Amino acid sequence: MNLPVQLLWLIPALPLVAAGIGALTPRGGRPIAAGAAIAALIGSFILSCLALKTALVDPAAHLTANFSWFDLGTGTFRLGWLLDPLNAFMCVMVTFVGTLIFIFSLGYMKEDANFTRFFCFLSLFAAAMLGIVVANSLLLLFVSWELVGLASYLLIGFWFHKPEAAAAAKKAFITTRIGDLGLLLGMLWLYDRTGTLLFFDNGAGCLEAGALAGLSSATLCSGLAVSTAIGLLIFCGAVGKSGQFPLHVWLPDAMEGPTPVSALIHAATMVAAGVFLVARVYPLMSADQALTNVPLHALTVVAAIGAITALMGAVIAVAQNDIKRVLAFSTVSQLGYMMLALGVGSWVAAIFHLLTHAFFKALLFLGAGSVIHAAHHEQDIRQLGGLGPKLKVTFATFAVGMLALAGFPFLFSGFWSKEAILHAAEGWEVSHLPLIAGLIAVVLTAFYMTRLVSETFFGHGRSHASEHAHESPAVMTVPLAILAACSVLIGFVGTPAWPWLQSQLTGEPVHPHGWFEGAGLMMLSILLVAFGIGAGLAIYARRTRVTASQRDPIEAKAPSLFAFLGARMKLDELYAATVGKVNSALAVVSDGLDRYVWAGIVNFLGRLGEFAGVVYREADEEGLNGGFDTGSETLREAGKVYSRSQTGDAHAYLRALAVGFVVLVLVITLGGLR
Amino acid sequence: MTTLQLCLVISSLLFCIGLVGALSRSHTILVLLGIELMLNAANMNFIAFWRFGASPTAATGVLFAIFSIAVAAAEAAVGLALVIAVYRHQKSVRLEEANRLKG
Repeated sequence: MNLPVQLLWLIPALPLVAAGIGALTPRGGRPIAAGAAIAALIGSFILSCLALKTALVDPAAHLTANFSWFDLGTGTFRLGWLLDPLNAFMCVMVTFVGTLIFIFSLGYMKEDANFTRFFCFLSLFAAAMLGIVVANSLLLLFVSWELVGLASYLLIGFWFHKPEAAAAAKKAFITTRIGDLGLLLGMLWLYDRTGTLLFFDNGAGCLEAGALAGLSSATLCSGLAVSTAIGLLIFCGAVGKSGQFPLHVWLPDAMEGPTPVSALIHAATMVAAGVFLVARVYPLMSADQALTNVPLHALTVVAAIGAITALMGAVIAVAQNDIKRVLAFSTVSQLGYMMLALGVGSWVAAIFHLLTHAFFKALLFLGAGSVIHAAHHEQDIRQLGGLGPKLKVTFATFAVGMLALAGFPFLFSGFWSKEAILHAAEGWEVSHLPLIAGLIAVVLTAFYMTRLVSETFFGHGRSHASEHAHESPAVMTVPLAILAACSVLIGFVGTPAWPWLQSQLTGEPVHPHGWFEGAGLMMLSILLVAFGIGAGLAIYARRTRVTASQRDPIEAKAPSLFAFLGARMKLDELYAATVGKVNSALAVVSDGLDRYVWAGIVNFLGRLGEFAGVVYREADEEGLNGGFDTGSETLREAGKVYSRSQTGDAHAYLRALAVGFVVLVLVITLGGLR
Repeated sequence: MTTLQLCLVISSLLFCIGLVGALSRSHTILVLLGIELMLNAANMNFIAFWRFGASPTAATGVLFAIFSIAVAAAEAAVGLALVIAVYRHQKSVRLEEANRLKG
């Protein structure tokens, strides 16, 4: 059974309906809200599998179902659904990982008073993300994109009574908004240039050869191709959503939300959207690649941003003490990898890494959630420790996730997808800097993940919370086990020896390259991973901290560097001092303008209106009303005269009757009527 | 003077007596009596014109008079009821005092 592309809208619609049900359910209706959310996402997962089956019939084809939304002048504005292997794989991943996270939330949020609201928002989040994935129109994608932003705002600020959570929600929303402005401008420009926002439309779409040729041949005054400029504007949106430098600052703060939300944001939905967007508009981003006389290629910028982000995220993650913040910065770093892969020309490797990363990052976040749940909401790794024997399932699955993220050779999925990215970076003609950044990040990733696992699970409990930890219930550990299994297995669909995923994504057979071709790089990266893990074990596992107040070994060696990294390279402070200051100065100016200049004009106009009103009233009362009053008075006087004859005296009436009668008789007899 | 003329003279006299009574009396019942007299003068004319008219065999005039008397009876009943109501209201049946309905 296949899912025709016309019914693709069902995939985002099901969670949307579940969100509606969740919104209408009263607080007591926990099974209804959670059941609807999970059932809807499972339904979407089944539909996604059917859609994937449809898409893989002919991987090179872009199946579309377009429909007209409204008439605009003489033209018609159209939206549509798109089905190709890229978004079919995304759908399956989002719904599968999402379902497991939903199930995990059943256990994690069990004691929360706003359980139904939580599931309502989760469903909305999933629906919005699926909307992004199945859209065949940049506008439809943008709408879903903003819905993702809204849902992330609601979920990060779910515990809004905590001031940090409310601030983090606001920060996430506003920071991504900055990027979204670029996306909006790029979208408008694209519409202005091509007259359509449909991606694929039988040759008339904006991602098809005809439109792209026009976009890349036109140049701006600086020699930049129009397609480059539009591509970079759209990339701004991806930078914001996917937490790329310099707009990554919201992502670590988003940890204030409940842990399943972090898992959803970091694995399946929000941050994946940016990478997916760039992969989706890849024909546009790479349209200028053939040009040699342009000053800048769009993808070069993507690669640079990706490399910077990958390195920066990994460096900062080394010095974080919050279990979720370490994972947050590892997400930043891994997203940098994906952008790097996109930039160096291998969107297939980026999507491969996106898929594997979704599984093991969801696993790691849910594992962290299980730890936090077990340790009575203690997130500071200095306070944890010694949890390995107590949380056996969590420890085993978390270790699998850690090895996958670190890129432990051969067995784990992260190794294969990271290898694909490094291989692509090696083949990039422009520069080898991204490759070097990526290799350094490999060491650091292995190192900080080893540190995280050692600090959390090895040694002795360093606080009351970690000493009295207990394993989470099955509703939380079973999703962990499933994700752990997937984190291992998913890597084998894209190994160099059997590049099935790559060939399905591109729609053309990818020949497995020989073992020798990439063997040198692979050996190097294996060595780097081994070095990173070894160093981590040497520093943290052998001499684990005994007390919570004992300093980190690195902190003891280089306190200022550690503090600088711990404060996230002071980027938040930098933004507060520059962008924040400028912004508040502008706000003061705007306030002054508003209060004195614009308000003055408005008040003057108001006074003018008031004066006109007075004049009208006078004219009305004196002029118009006078005439009517006089007329009415005359009528009343006339009435008075006639009413005087009504005396009420029956004799008078009779008399008048008699007189009238006599007159009548006289008229008749004297010849009036003969 | 024919019988018809005589009848008409009598009925005219009757009418005039009724009119004068109705106009000159201030007691309501006497005014009603005067009005009854005028009505009967008219009835007498009906009978006279029928009896000495073109077709005295058809009982048209008599029927007319009977209807008129029936109506007069009804009218008298209503009138007397009104008189009683007025009396209850203001303890007097003098016409010049019953002028509350003036405009």
